[in-house]
Amino acid sequence: MNAPLAQYLIFSALLFTVGFAGALVRRNAILALVGIEIMLNAANLNFIAFWRFGPHPEALTGVMFVIFSIAVAAAEAAVGLALVIAIYRHRRTAQAPQFNSLRG
Amino acid sequence: MPHELTFLLVAGATLGAAVAAMALRNIVHCALAAIGAFAGLAALYLQLNAEFAGFAQILVYVGAVAILILFAVMLTHGSEASSSTRASGWAVAALLGLCLALGVGRSPSLWRDAKPAAGASARQIGGALVSEYIVPLETVGLLLTSALLGAVTIALRETETKTSDPGIHEERPPRASEMVSRS
Repeated sequence: MNAPLAQYLIFSALLFTVGFAGALVRRNAILALVGIEIMLNAANLNFIAFWRFGPHPEALTGVMFVIFSIAVAAAEAAVGLALVIAIYRHRRTAQAPQFNSLRG
Repeated sequence: MPHELTFLLVAGATLGAAVAAMALRNIVHCALAAIGAFAGLAALYLQLNAEFAGFAQILVYVGAVAILILFAVMLTHGSEASSSTRASGWAVAALLGLCLALGVGRSPSLWRDAKPAAGASARQIGGALVSEYIVPLETVGLLLTSALLGAVTIALRETETKTSDPGIHEERPPRASEMVSRS
């Protein structure tokens, strides 16, 4: 098997699937956020792999996108976990199915 | 081939850690497994000659985000009450994974023997960050500042509005003056 790009893409697809399943299935809001982070990381790995094996590796676009993506993901994690803590303070639970005050 | 062997080892360990992070019962164990998955991804970045992204991944994910997740677990007394898993979620995820794998497998241009390119040095990335990507860099700095200020504002205890709330009032620990007057 000497197709390194496809190897990385298939691994990244599997990782994305695992994160997606976790974000859907887990009831704890923190673990749903961890699943979303794993999905973001899988997408970052795709950027790096395409940059490394693409026709123009001197353009640095993939690495730049990953650096900015990591910064945005850090901001997202901070705000998301702060929301979980704020909701926990009101509802005394971190289980996502019980965040149902807005259910019509 | 040693490169492929290391890829298979690191990829297997990362995938196993990710599955453990999403499947274990204890939430602290889940967080620790997620840290392992982030570290494995950093190793893959390093293997792909993206040193700057790999070390940024270690600093941000293995350092900051992991501590943030562990603190959130501790502050919410993390425990998953009902352990019943939703089968529909697994089915949708499996369908998505099948679609993605089929999409990669059926693209012949991805399977050609690509020759690896030279990596980018930190000097090149730094030069590009302050010349070509200066506006995104400043925007990200602004975004991070406002996001962290917003996170602090959201998570901060609202003392003025909470004192009139009887539910919170009961759980307030007794003040020192009350303790003195009681004794």
